[in-house]
Amino acid sequence: MPSALINVPPKAKRGDIIEIKALMSHIMETGYRRTAAGDIVPRDIITSFTCRYNGTEVFRADFFPAIAANPFISFFTVARESGKFDFEWIGDKGFSETASASIAVE
Amino acid sequence: MIPVRAIAVRSSVLTVLLGAFAITAVPLRAGDILPNERRSGYSFMAPDTKAIQDDDTANPGMLWVLDGEALWKKKQGSADKACTDCHDDARVSMKGVAARYPAFDKELEQPVDLEARINLERVRHQGAEPLAFESRDLLALTAFIAKQSRGVAISAGDDPALAPFVAKGHDLFTQRQGQLNLACANCHDDNWDKRLAGSAITQAHPTGYPMYRLEWQSLGSLQRRLRGCIFGVRAQPYAFGAPELVDLELYLKSRAKGMPVETPAVRP
Repeated sequence: MPSALINVPPKAKRGDIIEIKALMSHIMETGYRRTAAGDIVPRDIITSFTCRYNGTEVFRADFFPAIAANPFISFFTVARESGKFDFEWIGDKGFSETASASIAVE
Repeated sequence: MIPVRAIAVRSSVLTVLLGAFAITAVPLRAGDILPNERRSGYSFMAPDTKAIQDDDTANPGMLWVLDGEALWKKKQGSADKACTDCHDDARVSMKGVAARYPAFDKELEQPVDLEARINLERVRHQGAEPLAFESRDLLALTAFIAKQSRGVAISAGDDPALAPFVAKGHDLFTQRQGQLNLACANCHDDNWDKRLAGSAITQAHPTGYPMYRLEWQSLGSLQRRLRGCIFGVRAQPYAFGAPELVDLELYLKSRAKGMPVETPAVRP
């Protein structure tokens, strides 16, 4: 049951610097661990995270095996207009999740 | 190495102080932490880790709480009933429940912790299979139920029927074991103001279970934590669900009496 926790301020003044937080449920299996039998546990990580603000990409991050489970990303952007933030996580084994949050800018 | 002298000094100071506390409701034993010195593990953490726990959108334990909320409403078992069909709104019906667990089960004539209670309800009322210890679903349901008690004062062990089990838990807590020949109390009563390697030794007040440990990269139960500690002193851990672990849980919760529930807590 992949689920995300998103924190976008519901309201902001135009030009404000706002903090966006996004937490995604994921095991982030490194691919370096072995089972008791010696077999490698296949890598299963999120490889990329993107945030779009009314369609324009404002933040992107590539993820690697050293990132812990349930990755938490926090970043800042400028509140320019009312609208929607769209978040997308893409990873191994066809992992693809999206979430969104809206903001009112006055 | 445990500084034996320090233990002796602390115990003797407490023995003198014990006279003053002998008439209080909760009997203090030699070596017990004084009521005004009790601290949640939260207070030992760095500001960054505290910030993770304090923000429900940064606290990864909330992922399990969300899953638990979905499971609470999901019909299961041969009875095709969801938790909510009997218990309705968990925010009302489950408020304060986790604060009094482990509680006495009259049918089994022994204390059961919250995880065991959820499984008993599944078997008795939903006609469903019990969930495995530490499975995502069991942790999720436990976290969701326990979160409804956030801020409620812990009251586990108040039931007089539990007294012998609390005493057993206390005996286990003070009993030396394993190749290192350490009792829980040697660290958590006698040396909680010190550090073990880089980590704070805390007071063993289980205020936030199930909790998200950064070391585990997952939510985990108090039994998992206890087994980790027992393994740490190089003793053979009790199996999940063993009565000894439940007695220990019960003693620890009774020791934290009055402290607020923090579930889902975050710890390093």
